[in-house]
Amino acid sequence: MSLFYAFLAIIRRDLLLAVRRRSEIANPLLFFVLVITLFPLGIGAQPHLLQAIAPGIIWVSALLAAMLSLDSLFRSDFDDGSLEQILLSPYPSSILVLGKIIAHWLVTGLPLLIVAPLLAVFLGMPMQSMGVLLITLLLGTPVLSLIGAIGVALTVGLRRGGMILSLLVLPLYVPVLIFAGNAVEMAGSGLPVDAQINILISILCLSLVLAPWPTAAALKMSVN
Amino acid sequence: MHNNSTSRLQVTDLSCVRDDRVLFEELCFELYSGQVLLLEGENGSGKTSLLRILCGFREPDAGQVLWCGNAINDSQYYEDMAYVGHLNGVKKELTALENLKVSLALGKAGQYSIAQALAKVQLADFDDALVQTLSAGQQRRLSLARLLITHNSLWILDEPFTSLDIKGITLIESLMTEHCNKGGMIVLTSHHDIALPSVDVQRILLS
Repeated sequence: MSLFYAFLAIIRRDLLLAVRRRSEIANPLLFFVLVITLFPLGIGAQPHLLQAIAPGIIWVSALLAAMLSLDSLFRSDFDDGSLEQILLSPYPSSILVLGKIIAHWLVTGLPLLIVAPLLAVFLGMPMQSMGVLLITLLLGTPVLSLIGAIGVALTVGLRRGGMILSLLVLPLYVPVLIFAGNAVEMAGSGLPVDAQINILISILCLSLVLAPWPTAAALKMSVN
Repeated sequence: MHNNSTSRLQVTDLSCVRDDRVLFEELCFELYSGQVLLLEGENGSGKTSLLRILCGFREPDAGQVLWCGNAINDSQYYEDMAYVGHLNGVKKELTALENLKVSLALGKAGQYSIAQALAKVQLADFDDALVQTLSAGQQRRLSLARLLITHNSLWILDEPFTSLDIKGITLIESLMTEHCNKGGMIVLTSHHDIALPSVDVQRILLS
């Protein structure tokens, strides 16, 4: 029970911190909105083309926004020594780290979910694929945070870890992008998407169970 | 608080090599309840590395660290120890009270309540102040308050007196004496002379 209490305390702390430094919420969201609104301007008056590539645009932007926000996951805790204190807790670090990842997703992933329908309408995406887009984002963005956490944990000790982080994490993001983008596209043409959704669910379950351990282990290495 | 006279920290044949440079070799000591171990040595002599090995952040290159006869990667050790390092480990955007609440949630409740601990480190009036508005010395005292609110018997302190004034140093020394008299033990590094007249202080000079 006290483990659960510690888990909640970490989530609560990170949400409170996010509220106090608002840019952390605003940055990825602003990036997401900006990239998507630039596409129609770049492509010009070709609504059909835009409609056809809308799922891809939204998902690629979400993926890049998630990557952009990753560095803030452990950076400030690493810099001020809070990370050491979390790792020294008698509770399993992987659970506490999972708390941090969940809080990070609530701050950076969930807002994307809220603005996505608006942007989808803006790109002229068919209404019938809206539900599927939301489901794929709901299932996919937590995976981006979970997998990304492993990469950040490995690179947080390096001063210029940004490039290595992208190289580490992007290949692991590709399956999510493929299945999610494909599901939204299929839904647009009225085809069943159960298979893709099931695969996304299983990726989410797998990463929820498997990602916190390597993350905690990598953090221990990084504070060394 | 552990008032268990059997609790002991045992270090045998410990070595630490950093970038092909041997910091220390075959270091052995034992620490029992009520004792203080003061690590002395020049900058770069491996004091902090030793503390980080004792915390389990760093693997020793040889030798072992035992807590009550068990290896330290066992969670009982993390229930019994508390560490205050170079970095304070407090969040600047949170208030003193919020910081201590998180620390309390991450450990087991100790001897003092948060309000009592804040009073002890003379920050009682600052519980609602954001940490970034506190001075460096006050932030240091806040991070030391963490030692009082959680259950622990071994304190590992890396330069605890940094940025404290003379009054602050006396205050922390009295807290350390109190902790040892209750059966706790302390490993610390310090460039200041420490005045702990009623406590058994061992010294190790790393060079």
